[in-house]
Amino acid sequence: MSIRLILALLAALLLAVPLSLLAGRVWIDPLAPQFQTASVILVELRLPRAVLALVLGGGLGTAGAAMQGYLRNPLADPGLFGIAPGAALGAVLSFWTGYAAAPYMLPLFALAGAGGAMALLALIAGRGGGVALFTLAGLMVSSLAGALMSLAISLSPSPFAMSEIVTWMMGSLADRSWHEVWIAAPLTVLGAMVLGIAGRDLDAMTLGEVAAHSLGVDLMRLRALMIAGVGLTVGAGVAVAGIIGFVGLMVPHLVRPLTDRRPSSLLLPSGLAGALLMLLADCLCRILPLAGGELRLGIALSLLGTPFFLRLLLRMRKELA
Amino acid sequence: MTLALNLAGVAGRLDRVSLQCRRGMVTAICGPNGAGKSTALVCLAGLMLPDNGETLLGGLPLHRQTLSRRARWIGYLPQSPEVAWDVSVEVLISLGRLPWKDAPSIETREAIEDAIAAMDLQELRHRPVSRLSGGERARALMARVLATQPGWLLADEPFAALDLAHAASLMRHFRQQANVGRGVVLVLHDLATAMNHADQVVVLEKGRVVAEGPPEIALSREVVTRVWNCPARWLGEPGERALSLGAPSPAASGLRGRLS
Repeated sequence: MSIRLILALLAALLLAVPLSLLAGRVWIDPLAPQFQTASVILVELRLPRAVLALVLGGGLGTAGAAMQGYLRNPLADPGLFGIAPGAALGAVLSFWTGYAAAPYMLPLFALAGAGGAMALLALIAGRGGGVALFTLAGLMVSSLAGALMSLAISLSPSPFAMSEIVTWMMGSLADRSWHEVWIAAPLTVLGAMVLGIAGRDLDAMTLGEVAAHSLGVDLMRLRALMIAGVGLTVGAGVAVAGIIGFVGLMVPHLVRPLTDRRPSSLLLPSGLAGALLMLLADCLCRILPLAGGELRLGIALSLLGTPFFLRLLLRMRKELA
Repeated sequence: MTLALNLAGVAGRLDRVSLQCRRGMVTAICGPNGAGKSTALVCLAGLMLPDNGETLLGGLPLHRQTLSRRARWIGYLPQSPEVAWDVSVEVLISLGRLPWKDAPSIETREAIEDAIAAMDLQELRHRPVSRLSGGERARALMARVLATQPGWLLADEPFAALDLAHAASLMRHFRQQANVGRGVVLVLHDLATAMNHADQVVVLEKGRVVAEGPPEIALSREVVTRVWNCPARWLGEPGERALSLGAPSPAASGLRGRLS
């Protein structure tokens, strides 16, 4: 494993976290705080938000690396399995039914949605079939969740519910507290650990499914690990922050050339780089002066991600030519 | 010890097949396109569990073994192996050690070095797979199988992309492996290779075994002519046989002229 890369990423994180705490609508000078509320801003507002960014970014980075390894495709994204749309559907239903107003209900609904998507995925994929069939099952779950979400929005009981749903779906870390951290962190860590267990099997998948099987990989077990690992990390992320795209796609890509390109040696660096990217992107959202509130994190990352995706496609086209 | 496949019904392209491979021997599986050669190899490798049949290793059903034990016993090289990520040759070969999770690292190191040496890859060990030629890539993939140091080597068309020298060297390697008591099972398209280097040949046609035994018998002129539907004749001495296709007819000699 590339120890040097991991150390460099850790160092960058150590540098970025304190900076992110000081940056925002009001800048806080650590040596001479101008506000009496500075400590409140730091501990109750910015620290949980930074921790959440690290947790979510780390989870998405790890899940993205695992997904690309599993599907043997550099364009795979943790959203492909339909777990993120499933979680989002759960959240939308909580707005729709009005339960979202009660504490913890929104994330609970979202987690139930993620769990439902995972169960459906396991059910459809069944015992046989390869990765391709499984991906199609994921796409089906994804489009089903998307359609139901649109249905819920179009039938939303009040314009307020609708606007809340739409705003929430854009993904953001604004106004998140320690509650959200306690919901997301354990699940994400657990999910990342599950994906870590799958690391060796993902390495074998480099040679294709049949060769991986011949190397002793239990394909059913690997699939179950992937559903659980991606489900926990992505589900937890969507539950507390809405849909945040592109991190899981972009980060493994940026990091892969710096490793020996084995999927297992990509998991940890990709997680760390995901945490770093998310933290920086969230800071950017806070700092950018924007009329009518701050830039939503999901939008910012998608804006960043699209040109990246395009570059990737162009490079692949060049390689094919 | 034998590796045997017994099929009572249809599995993929195979239909009621019973074949046995012995340790210490090079077994070649031959047959026309679509005869079920690759399916037979996949079944022998224990990668496909037929509904009405089983693969027996030393008399024990293979599918009852743990996956990692099977992986340590049987190394399998698919016909068109893929490599999803642009790893280096050395990393690719190290994947062959995955079944040996708990082996000491010195043993792992040695196995990888042996495989690199066997496939003549010392110069290429740090090169990314994408920058290998077809033959170099085939050697690296073969080295991945050798690194597992399995009791049985199963390879689907291992010589297809290799030049003469590397094909001969790989064949020598297979022979050495057989001589030290390992089992070698190869799907071979080139009948001359099977004739000259195999100890035992299984000929498949439309999913059935139609000939089996020492190469001079299983690949006799009559069998080749009938199964491949092509008049053929063996030239040369045993061990250095070459296959001549058809009697020299005006059309064939015209073709030969154009080719040269």
